[in-house]
Amino acid sequence: MAELTLPKNSRVTAGTTHKAAPGATRVKNFQVYRWNPDDAGNPHTDTYEIDLDQCGPMVLDALIKIKNEIDPTLTFRRSCREGICGSCAMNIDGTNTLACLKPIDEVKADVKINPLPHMAVVKDLVPDLTQAYAQYRSIEPWLQSETPAPPDGERLQSIEERADIDGLWECILCFCCTTSCPSYWWNGDRYLGPAVLMAAYRWIADSRDENTGKRLDALEDPFKLYRCHTIMNCTQTCPKGLNPAKAIGKIKQLMVERQG
Amino acid sequence: MRSPLGRARGMGSAKSGLGHWWAQRLTAMALLPLSLYFVLSVFLLEGADQAAMLRYMAEPWNGVLFIALIAALFYHLQLGLQVVIEDYIHSEARRLTAVLAMRAAVTLFGLLALVSVLKLIF
Repeated sequence: MAELTLPKNSRVTAGTTHKAAPGATRVKNFQVYRWNPDDAGNPHTDTYEIDLDQCGPMVLDALIKIKNEIDPTLTFRRSCREGICGSCAMNIDGTNTLACLKPIDEVKADVKINPLPHMAVVKDLVPDLTQAYAQYRSIEPWLQSETPAPPDGERLQSIEERADIDGLWECILCFCCTTSCPSYWWNGDRYLGPAVLMAAYRWIADSRDENTGKRLDALEDPFKLYRCHTIMNCTQTCPKGLNPAKAIGKIKQLMVERQG
Repeated sequence: MRSPLGRARGMGSAKSGLGHWWAQRLTAMALLPLSLYFVLSVFLLEGADQAAMLRYMAEPWNGVLFIALIAALFYHLQLGLQVVIEDYIHSEARRLTAVLAMRAAVTLFGLLALVSVLKLIF
């Protein structure tokens, strides 16, 4: 059955509070999910008081400050700090987003930071994305064409054809959308989830790809595709402003179209 | 011990699902005017006696629309409940049992509604 409460060993308990330095003027509390596989015990929430006058503007700046200056054991992924690598995807203030693109001052109360929902946790804010990556691999995300590329140049597209994949190729595979989707929470072992389905549509919509039919065949499945019930959490949460729900709708539309 | 890709591919695509999804949309569209017609009928027959009710149902179009409503409604109900069961019940045996039991119940109630309407008509 669907899980509506966390299993006993996943319930989050209260942790320690790290006070701000005396004399700090603009203090904000960061409540951060902590879990270490090497310690027995449940996850807990540690609170870090941060002086915003001594911190960069984004949530990622605060996390880096905590790791550098307060608690080096805090574990999270980050790389580009500008919303292009997708590493620092996490749940901030109740919404999946990229810590590097989330301004601290957009969060009115304490800043609550948790790992992406409903994924196994490796440590602290690091989720295990193995399954999602494998699902991405399963849709064969590369150009498939029997016609060889012209010997003297690239495969050409018209301006309109190229525009068909706008809003799709920009996906950075942070999986904010997939982990926000209740259908993925309940049936993630079989449902591909919005990020992977949008990636699949990115190749279906590509005028240079010759395997559109094969790609549609591979998706026509009550679980792989049709677990999408247009809940739209994916589109609402996407930190890149993309629309996975629309891409999934387009796939369903093509399924109907090819029936005649 | 299966590889992540092996698990992600699973048993491959069932090559079905479109029919179910499309039928759910079509029955939903059919139910819009049919439900309006049903509500209208209820208002028209407000306070009517049994004889007036029987005269109303004996009109061919009324009978046809009632039967169409029952067919669309119970088909839609069965499709929708199947989705709910598949969403929330993960054990294969329990899911199959639940889907079959639900289908049997919906079919029987649908037939009950149909026979009731036919008795009114004839």
